[in-house]
Amino acid sequence: MNKNFKVLLNGVIKENPIFVLLLGMCPTLATTSSAINGMSMGLATMFVLICSNAVISMLKNVIPDMVRIPAFIVVIATFVTVIEMLMNAYVPALAESLGIFLPLIVVNCIVLGRAEAFAAKNSVISSIFDGAGMGLGFTLSLTLLGSVRELLGAGTIFSFNIFPEEYGSLLFILAPGAFIALGYLISIFNTIQSKRQTN
Amino acid sequence: MELIGIIIVAIFVNNVVFSQFLGICPFLGVSKKVDTAIGMGIAVMFVLTISTIVTYLIQKGILEPFNLQYLQTITFILVIASLVQMVEIVLKKTTPALYEALGVFLPLITTNCVILGVAILVIQKDFNLLESVIYAVATAIGYAIAIIIFSSIREQLALTKVPKAMKDIPIALITAGIIAMAFMGFSGIDQVF
Amino acid sequence: MFLSLSVICLTVAVLLAQVNKLTAEPIAVAKAMKLQNAIGDVVPEFDNNPIDEAYLMPDGRGDSLLVYPAKKGDEIVGFAINSSAAGFGGDFQIMVGFDVNDKVVNYAILQHAETPGLGSKMDVWFKDTTKPSQSIIDRDLAEGLLTVKNDGGTIDAITASTITSRAFLDAVNKAYSAYAQSNSDANTGATEGEWDENTGTTEPETSDKNIITEKDELTEEEISNE
Repeated sequence: MNKNFKVLLNGVIKENPIFVLLLGMCPTLATTSSAINGMSMGLATMFVLICSNAVISMLKNVIPDMVRIPAFIVVIATFVTVIEMLMNAYVPALAESLGIFLPLIVVNCIVLGRAEAFAAKNSVISSIFDGAGMGLGFTLSLTLLGSVRELLGAGTIFSFNIFPEEYGSLLFILAPGAFIALGYLISIFNTIQSKRQTN
Repeated sequence: MELIGIIIVAIFVNNVVFSQFLGICPFLGVSKKVDTAIGMGIAVMFVLTISTIVTYLIQKGILEPFNLQYLQTITFILVIASLVQMVEIVLKKTTPALYEALGVFLPLITTNCVILGVAILVIQKDFNLLESVIYAVATAIGYAIAIIIFSSIREQLALTKVPKAMKDIPIALITAGIIAMAFMGFSGIDQVF
Repeated sequence: MFLSLSVICLTVAVLLAQVNKLTAEPIAVAKAMKLQNAIGDVVPEFDNNPIDEAYLMPDGRGDSLLVYPAKKGDEIVGFAINSSAAGFGGDFQIMVGFDVNDKVVNYAILQHAETPGLGSKMDVWFKDTTKPSQSIIDRDLAEGLLTVKNDGGTIDAITASTITSRAFLDAVNKAYSAYAQSNSDANTGATEGEWDENTGTTEPETSDKNIITEKDELTEEEISNE
């Protein structure tokens, strides 16, 4: 259990997919114009990560090495389609605001990356934990970036008013703000990490 | 008239990198040198045009007649992946010079979300085949312009003193943000057409 | 090798077909609900099913718009019109509702890709009745079409989103021209389709419905004026 917990924490901090591994940048920048959008994108990706990690780990001895990658892609694309259909059915407004980035989870490097680097070599249980950890790291980072952008841009977090909208700088909700906010967040994350290491 | 509008919008107004956020991973990954950036830009243009035509025909010829739209994502990604492999093999056999130049970028392209993104977008936008091809080429030009501008700036950035925490990716992202701001200046020019 | 890949693909296809079957209905319901809610929001109270009675009407620009007539009993109380225009971030779709006296009752945004925080404000901006200079609610379009103040009109554009505002009003105006024809058809509807003793023929029902008029010169002029 302790080991699984470590695997879980690994994805959140040590190998945080966004701030450390710098994977999955497209949805990170595109869907974080508000905290809720960022979080739902993160959760959708987490669902795909956990499911595909579990299935790939189950099938790892059945799939021949030669067709490994195509098989992985098929599994991942299946779960992406499943979450896409579920979201269209039960949370259509959210599905609409994520738009094209919902099907694009399939080309998110984190998902294929974890399948190849972790699930193909480890047991089902720890693969699930790895998927959950990576997904959690991704979700937290997206929510954080979404909150920062929403706060600086519109003065709210999760539509909860922090300061009047007039004081916000709209730039942060627009495209340039995505790049700039992420740049600063990564540099802050870097600083904290290097301080910790020297201690 | 409308076609010119599509081109202008795809290259400048809704630039694939700075406004639609597609293909960011390779955009950050291979933009340290101008030469590689040009190579990547051309490779994307090459694959994007072919893949858009193929996926468009598959959508209209197979998926829609048989009501299999729900297999779109899975079909497109498999088609794109095998297409990239095929392009690689064909280039290797027929034009080794071109393969030399583009070969290293081809495997990277499968996971470039520009390719899948444009394939899905042209279906969503209900373009016809000609519009789709034009949109694909224009998007690729926009991508090439973005990555070439960005890599020229990063070459200069590499020579300057940057605070330790901002080194590499953070400063690159902020630079991209400033270029994105410049690109926002194009907004509205499509209204002229 | 190919066998295992084929098996995986086959399993996946069957699985997806099942999920598709399961979610097809909720997706259709969600879509219908959205349309129904939008119509309910923008017209006076009605008791028919406007979606079943929808028809196409020319918008005066060479295109046709879907018109949803709202009736109470047999009497028409208003029309909801599905209109669209090219905004800042691409085409958007709105539902505009009119009563029978050329007045805007309300509108709803069906789908848009406008900039969040700027153009996206159109979902509330034009219906803020506390600010008469920006609200389009209760405006009588028979007195003239709507334009933003920058273009000599009477409506305040959304701050820093003139393109979106223009496009929005354009969509409303298009809806109005489809509405005007629907409304006049409805008023004369009683005589339509009735046996005409003088000529001995039956007048065709609502003759201009479903006819897509040719693109008229006006369109391009108007666009270049913008």
